[in-house]
Amino acid sequence: MEQTQTCQPSGSATRFNPESAPDYVPLKQLRALQLHRLQAIVGRAYERVELYRKRLDALGLKPQDLRKLADIAKLPFTVKTDLRDTYPYGMFASPLEEIVRLHASSGTTGKPIVVAYTKVDLDVWSSVMMRTLSACGLHRGDIIQNAYGYGLFTGGLGAHYGAEALGATVIPISGGNTDRQIMVLKDFGVTAICCTPSYFVHLVEKALEMGVNMKTLPLRAGIFGAEPWTEAMRRYVQEHTNIKAYDIYGLSEIIGPGVASECECQAGLHIFEDHFYPEIIDPQSGAVLPDGQEGELVLTTLSKQAMPMLRYRTRDITSLDTEACACGRTIRRIKRIARRSDDMFIIRGVNVFPSQVETALMNVEGTVPHYQIVLTREQGLDKMEVRVEVTPELFSDKVGAMETLAKKIGHSIFNITGIHVQVTLVEPRSIPRSEGKAKRVLDQRKM
Amino acid sequence: MKLKQLSVFLENRPGQVKVPCKALADAGVNILAMSLADTEQFGILRFIVKDPAKARDVLAKAGCVVKETEVLAVEVDDRPGGLLRLLEVFEKANMTIEYMYAFNANRPGGKAALAFRFDDPEIAVKALQGAGINAIAPIEL
Repeated sequence: MEQTQTCQPSGSATRFNPESAPDYVPLKQLRALQLHRLQAIVGRAYERVELYRKRLDALGLKPQDLRKLADIAKLPFTVKTDLRDTYPYGMFASPLEEIVRLHASSGTTGKPIVVAYTKVDLDVWSSVMMRTLSACGLHRGDIIQNAYGYGLFTGGLGAHYGAEALGATVIPISGGNTDRQIMVLKDFGVTAICCTPSYFVHLVEKALEMGVNMKTLPLRAGIFGAEPWTEAMRRYVQEHTNIKAYDIYGLSEIIGPGVASECECQAGLHIFEDHFYPEIIDPQSGAVLPDGQEGELVLTTLSKQAMPMLRYRTRDITSLDTEACACGRTIRRIKRIARRSDDMFIIRGVNVFPSQVETALMNVEGTVPHYQIVLTREQGLDKMEVRVEVTPELFSDKVGAMETLAKKIGHSIFNITGIHVQVTLVEPRSIPRSEGKAKRVLDQRKM
Repeated sequence: MKLKQLSVFLENRPGQVKVPCKALADAGVNILAMSLADTEQFGILRFIVKDPAKARDVLAKAGCVVKETEVLAVEVDDRPGGLLRLLEVFEKANMTIEYMYAFNANRPGGKAALAFRFDDPEIAVKALQGAGINAIAPIEL
């Protein structure tokens, strides 16, 4: 008999949380709400933020020119450097007396970018994070270990407030201290964990080493975000533990975590579009692409008071799915983000994404070993080296077998990227582990 | 006799061989036979000890990737040509030796001992026995 794959939420996961009602709003009503909010937020941005006013004026645009949702395409884009250029408070649309929280994202170069929240913004943030956790099947009674970093990073506090709003029990352990994380997982009856996917893989490995079988724990859900990850990693995690691994999405510039989340179906991330309006554009031309087509995600905050973002270019590559989801949510889904246009590096004129290397490794080894891409330049020629940690499963006492392994990995990477790389097998744990976002690419080229 | 051999993966960097050797030394484990395979990029250290289970544990704790494989250890006469008889048997049986190395010298009874790695050590045992060589004779460790 043919089995059709349907979404069958487990009993406890179907508990409806009334706060998630906006996820199920009829589309007509949702679009009307979005237009109403869009007009208001563009008005607010125009009146209160110099950068927006100047840009709209330069185009001869007034907020009143937005008569339908599609008119959003008339607005200019906002990019990350705008936030750097106006550092620290230049993009605020609320006076500091109304701002109750600041966060900052770690910039890779120079100054960080600062983001601000009013009291109302924090309430919205809590509610979208609550809807996120709810979509991941969590509810009152769950014990959530929040291993996202607390502090300037939005991950920790974002997940924290959402979990509390849900009525779950939160363990604010923050990132790092792996031994203690495993002790708490084991001893506190933790049912869900929030952290970056690469850190969870690290926890799984460490637990194995410590003789802790994660399958014997009550842990049933992982809420993973803050970095792109692959289906291969999901398979690895779900095989080694009893959790369902959910992908969540967010970025500080928009609000933090809570922009989009998977549901029980794990088939794309529902975007909380009553607050964050999505568009997909061609990253080169900036033209809006039709639904279903892959391009760069652009987000407009529809309700953010302290720091409205109009058509913010996320650099994340995805597509919008308008198909109805089996879970019943009406809000649209974005495809899982496997890559960022930022992550991409160019080597000898070829665009390469770390996710391609990961797929190549998966094809050869069937697991996701720790790896790092090192880019160097020798006599004007770019070289790409992929360092792969040797695991007990991969290790052979025969030199030939090890050389074949390295060759196979090299071929597999060549097949996907078209680049000849040097594959170096390295000892376990010789590649630094991150307790936040994994650093996959080490670019040592001197430009 | 068949013995358990341990192998350790090593990067080509100064001081890398020391890591497993020091771990074994600290645990009071004596190495009875060893070989180091070197390639341009990495090395594989293989050795035989009395208590492989303990050594494996010690090495894993030191952060090494360890692999256990069976090798065939056979004694031969410690004189020119002593090894040749075995090699002839293996050749006749059309067997490929993956690699081999010798045990520490000065064994009792004028013997030398060698460790052979085959894909299937059982076939090698049978080939030797067919040639009248006692391949399951225990070897003093």
